[in-house]
Amino acid sequence: MRTNDVMLQTATKVVTFIILMFAVHIFFAGHYTPGGGFVGGLLTTSAIVLLMLAFDIETVKKILPINYVTMTAIGLLLALATASASIIFDVPFFTHAYDYFDLPLFGKTSLHSAMLFDAGVYLVVVGVTMTIIQTIGEDE
Amino acid sequence: MSFVFLIFVPLLAALFIPLLFKKFGRIHTGWFVLVVPVILFTYYVSLLPTTISGGNLVSEFQWIPSLDIAFVAYIDGLSLLFTLLITGIGALVVLYSIFYLDKHREQLHNFYVYLLMFMTAMLGIVQSDHLITLYLFWELTSISSFLLIGYWYTRDRSRFGALKSMMITVFGGLMMLGGFVLLSIMGDTYSIRELIPQAAELVTHDFFIWALVLVLLGAFTKSAQFPFYIWLPDAMEAPTPVSAYLHSATMVKAGLYLVARLTPVFAISGTWMWLVAGVGLFTMFWGSFFALKQKDLKGILAFSTVSQLGLIMSLLGASAAGYHVDNIAETTFKYAGFAAIFHLINHAVFKGSLFMIAGIVDHETGTRDIRKLGGLMSLMPISFTVAMIGAFSMAGLPPFGGFLSKEMFLTAMLSLTEFDLFSMDVWGILFPVVAWLGSVFTFIYSFYFVFHTFAGEHKPEQLPKPAHEAPIGMLISPVFLSLLVVVIFFIPNLVGDWFVKPAVLAMQPFLYTSPDEINIHVEAWHGPTPELFMTLGIVAIGFLMFWTLRKWQKSYDLFPDTLTLNALYDSVMFMSDTGANRFSRLYMTGFIRSYLVYMFSFVIFIVLGTLFLTDAFAIDFTNLAPVGFYEVVILIALVGSTLTILFSKSRLTGIIALGAVGYSVALFFVIFRAPDLALTQLVIETISVALFLLAFYHLPQISRKEERMRFRFGNALVAIGVGVTVTLVALSSLSQKALPSISEFYKETVYKEAGGGNIVNVILVDYRGFDTLFEIAVLGIAGIGIITMIKLRLTKKEDQHENK
Repeated sequence: MRTNDVMLQTATKVVTFIILMFAVHIFFAGHYTPGGGFVGGLLTTSAIVLLMLAFDIETVKKILPINYVTMTAIGLLLALATASASIIFDVPFFTHAYDYFDLPLFGKTSLHSAMLFDAGVYLVVVGVTMTIIQTIGEDE
Repeated sequence: MSFVFLIFVPLLAALFIPLLFKKFGRIHTGWFVLVVPVILFTYYVSLLPTTISGGNLVSEFQWIPSLDIAFVAYIDGLSLLFTLLITGIGALVVLYSIFYLDKHREQLHNFYVYLLMFMTAMLGIVQSDHLITLYLFWELTSISSFLLIGYWYTRDRSRFGALKSMMITVFGGLMMLGGFVLLSIMGDTYSIRELIPQAAELVTHDFFIWALVLVLLGAFTKSAQFPFYIWLPDAMEAPTPVSAYLHSATMVKAGLYLVARLTPVFAISGTWMWLVAGVGLFTMFWGSFFALKQKDLKGILAFSTVSQLGLIMSLLGASAAGYHVDNIAETTFKYAGFAAIFHLINHAVFKGSLFMIAGIVDHETGTRDIRKLGGLMSLMPISFTVAMIGAFSMAGLPPFGGFLSKEMFLTAMLSLTEFDLFSMDVWGILFPVVAWLGSVFTFIYSFYFVFHTFAGEHKPEQLPKPAHEAPIGMLISPVFLSLLVVVIFFIPNLVGDWFVKPAVLAMQPFLYTSPDEINIHVEAWHGPTPELFMTLGIVAIGFLMFWTLRKWQKSYDLFPDTLTLNALYDSVMFMSDTGANRFSRLYMTGFIRSYLVYMFSFVIFIVLGTLFLTDAFAIDFTNLAPVGFYEVVILIALVGSTLTILFSKSRLTGIIALGAVGYSVALFFVIFRAPDLALTQLVIETISVALFLLAFYHLPQISRKEERMRFRFGNALVAIGVGVTVTLVALSSLSQKALPSISEFYKETVYKEAGGGNIVNVILVDYRGFDTLFEIAVLGIAGIGIITMIKLRLTKKEDQHENK
């Protein structure tokens, strides 16, 4: 069964990028306003799922040749490493550090080690949800 | 240098092993691994001068300060001795494994990751001063040894052995945790060092005897004492390097370590002495007796390990007697503790080499069945020499290290008869008698092991491979260990001063204040004492019985197999298996709707029950906000779409209506100013609807029978019950003002302490970072689970395809 989904495909090409940008925004905004790694990850997944629905799994795999299991592993390691980095500074496990910096282009910006941890969460969420969707989707 | 972190070095190194295995497949991964124990060993050797002079070192790192849980590495004579054994023999075992395990055929990355994990666990056990972290590492050894024993996981026997060892040692570990908790309640501390000075008060406590027995259960299961030894022979399914490492030098000695470490706490009690010495001695006899029944080379060694561990255990028990003697220097009791540690070193050295030889024989002839082996002496001269040295040391013959420690063992056992406490004067005579009998059998099985393998008639037609000497690399480690066996005999007092005395000081602090006070001088020739005549008896009787072994060995087969402890274990496992199966079949219907009924009824029962019992209903309508227009609209949409699900005739309608429910809830979150929740809920709804649609293709149509589904009274009752429960809880919690809301705390501290503006996110990454970490770990595991489930099914299908 082959349906005509030109409209869906054309819209997807634009919408995917909007969702991805929004996901990035949500991710970085997380520490001060609604958002964070979990939602950011889910949004990214939804963008990829949209791509998969509009085109098909094989095409999306060619566009994004990502091994999602590895991605999950990297995310977990990143989260764990952020948490254990505190040992080097001789403070209890999981102590976060933050400060404010004047960055070019951004102005006064807060840099927080929690962001790295959140990035780990982000990677795990994307990795796991995509793993699940991909394996179920490929299973004929 | 805070050496507490060194415990984790092997674990950290393990992270890189899979990478190294993939990138540098041409080089045997073992070479990279070898670096770790060698470096650690060199570092720990540099701490020797401190312990030789009787000093100690402490290094600690806070883990969970709010619960007073910390990693405290405490290095004194005892822990340093074990540390050196773990890293030193670890290095030799890794070196041996490089030649033993083929880099092309074996999954080296798995093997070395487990091995390094195990190394960290062992280092943690022997250095931890904190009972909780000690327990943590204790169970980590159980898990990593499970993985190592089951390394060849496609073999049934490997999985069986791995499971058995884990069942028994984890059971013991849990008991031990109970003992630790009792100890910490009694002494109000988790630190072993702080418990020791309190020993006199602890013994009067009601819990004392419970703590003692529970801790001993842990030690006995780990050190394979009777009747828990049954896992050790089955653990021999592991690759030989693992057997040499875990089952001679390290893991099985963890129980001995624990007994030695806690001797100052428990020695004051006569029960401790009786239990440890009695069980140890009986195990020694039992193990040595049944070693002769074995036909497998590693089986013989396994039983001999059981027996030798029993020997050391009995000495540790006897050393507790020193607590009750006024003038130790005058008595022979002082030998017990010294002999225990000394024999422990000897055993690690000779048993390590013997296991490696068993592996070499297996590797070069293709079998470990002693009935097929024989006459290898001329074909494998180096292996034969090493095996002979190791076996003679085990039999307690000069000029090998084992002779010295066995003489001291006999001295210690003889001295127990002079002891007039705890009715030793009546039963004490049993100790030297059983010890002597056990030693006779030890002598026989040592000879059995070496001469039935290497002497006698060569039967090449029975061997799967033509026998030849092992490559040089594989021989380095066992040859080195057998050299040590000889060296220890000639410099026993150097070993004594460097390793044994500092360890004895840690074990018997109630007797000595510095290692110099331990005035024990080891001598090979100690005059015509009773021990010497006992040894002569052992050699004479042992040799006679070995000579006639073939005539009476068959009598072992007369023992009925159904009456052994193994049979008991098997039947208990079988019963619990089938029992659990039958029980599960009662309620596992395979329909999700049944499970939902169970879960929801349980929720109603628990929550409503608690509300009733604690009289927690507090419904207060005075402070309610007015209901707005949007809320009514969403509510109608919510109820409408729920009803649509109930009455939908097709799945598609159902899925869409379910999505509508989710979106309506998300809108509620928006109205009540919870943007984070709303955002997450929206995205989740979108993805789950997409997932549903993906799976939709595979779902069967709702059948005609189900279309005319009749009204189910039970289900309706459960559904209404859940609704009522949740409503009641919500109303009650709204009216409950006993405690101030926690949100104020977050509002105040979120910016000040965590430097964030979004409370939800700060809770996730900072206040409750641990939860998040474990949640994503669970998520990752779930993902891997789904992959394996679906991919495994795929490969099965492919197999079927091929078979067609």
